[in-house]
Amino acid sequence: MVKVTAAAIGAISIAAAVVASAEPPAGAAACSGCHPASTRVTSPVTRLAGRDQAAIVKAMQDFRSGTRAGTVMDRIAKGFTDEEIQAIAAWYATQK
Amino acid sequence: MKSSRRAFLKLGVAATASTALIPRPAFSQGAAARVVVVGGGFAGASCARALRQADPRIAVTLVEANATFTACPFSNAVIGGLRELTAQQFTYERVAADGIVIARATATAVDAQARSVTLADGARLSYDRLVLAPGIDIRWGALPGYDEAAAAQMPHAWKAGEQTLLLRRQLEAMDDGGLVVISAPANPFRCPPGPYERASLIAHYLKTKKPKSKLLVLDAKDAFSKQRLFQAAWTELYPGLLEWVPLSRGGNVTSVDAATRTLVTDFGRHQAKVANVIPPQKAGRIAEVAGVADRSGWCPIDPVTFESKLQPAIHVIGDAAIAGAMPKSAFAANAQAKTCAAAIARLLAGGTPPSPKLINTCYSLVAPDYGISVAGVYQPSGGQLADVPGSGGVSPTDAPRATRAAEAVLAEAWFRTITGEVFG
Repeated sequence: MVKVTAAAIGAISIAAAVVASAEPPAGAAACSGCHPASTRVTSPVTRLAGRDQAAIVKAMQDFRSGTRAGTVMDRIAKGFTDEEIQAIAAWYATQK
Repeated sequence: MKSSRRAFLKLGVAATASTALIPRPAFSQGAAARVVVVGGGFAGASCARALRQADPRIAVTLVEANATFTACPFSNAVIGGLRELTAQQFTYERVAADGIVIARATATAVDAQARSVTLADGARLSYDRLVLAPGIDIRWGALPGYDEAAAAQMPHAWKAGEQTLLLRRQLEAMDDGGLVVISAPANPFRCPPGPYERASLIAHYLKTKKPKSKLLVLDAKDAFSKQRLFQAAWTELYPGLLEWVPLSRGGNVTSVDAATRTLVTDFGRHQAKVANVIPPQKAGRIAEVAGVADRSGWCPIDPVTFESKLQPAIHVIGDAAIAGAMPKSAFAANAQAKTCAAAIARLLAGGTPPSPKLINTCYSLVAPDYGISVAGVYQPSGGQLADVPGSGGVSPTDAPRATRAAEAVLAEAWFRTITGEVFG
């Protein structure tokens, strides 16, 4: 019985770790509504997967401050904090 | 094809599965957690795929009655003769290829205690978590005179498909000089800017093909989404052709007579050659059956997990949900689906879902080369999804035509991208 419980706890913690590493940070999942996740889609909108983290951060900060003109990104970037932008950029940089 | 056939498992097998309650977290039992998703639109299909992506061990069944999905976004371009309906249609082959079981059936009942869904043929699907993404149903009878028979004369075209084509054919058959009337409902309803995009693209069709005609929009509201942008564009593009009548000037349609295509308001009667009645709506029927819809007809949800506030272990996403500041749009449905899937994967693994952040972006076409947009960022606040202060808004009112043209291109790109993600 003790062994079974230990195995069960092990399974839970592994599951949690797998989910945590694959899970996008807050806000990141919504980007692919416009930024294609798939290479099969033709779009003038930039793919984010695998892009340089610093480049994504700078783009978001520039859209937010108005330094860079956007059509919708100026309005969307204003909804994110520096910490959130960093986390989203870091996550996309690791995606393929 | 082969993989999709394999994924179409015989429902009889699923029906024999145990309906016993499974203690959570489900993975601690060693058996795969089971999630049933009802509804294969932007919300449901996105959620099913995102669940498999979040954790491939989750057994996902997608219950959907139709073999082909017909998308509403851009269906106004079909009505306006700018696009064919086939460009709106998608199948579930790639969804099935993700290892999702597609149950081609209508869900008729939900037992929230036993955690099972009953299908029209009597088969029962057990679940650990249920996701309802039923979209909208028309509130037949809410507008006196407007029932299913009336919709064959005065199409709503608010669920894309045959109704979309019917409205297009009626416009094509109309003689030049005819009166077209659109009736727009009170809030809330699917796609807040939709009636006004539709008015724009019908006006574009009339201007190009039947310029002596007139379009009247009778509205149950005094304000609507992207209003200043639409109205400025109408003045510029469709002067004298398109007239919007708000609630305060007698726009509220109180009854209709399908036989004579007459729309009655408090202020008068309008006999149309073509009438498009966009009627009052509610969450799709299974939401009511499952007990997750409140008296408003829509479904209150937890803004972090999208779990129903009325029934445990049932999540509601997309148009059927009361999502606070988020509009009932395909973009919002897709964003909610991914948030909900991540939350369910966490819950099934025994964790606590983090507070999410969601985005919406909606483009509308005022003409084929004239696009406008609204965008928003949302987060849970006070038990609701609320706008992140300082974010979001509509296209600038003083933008040059080059910006409108660019947003029309972006609108089509968005459609390709989102349908690629959900069905491709």
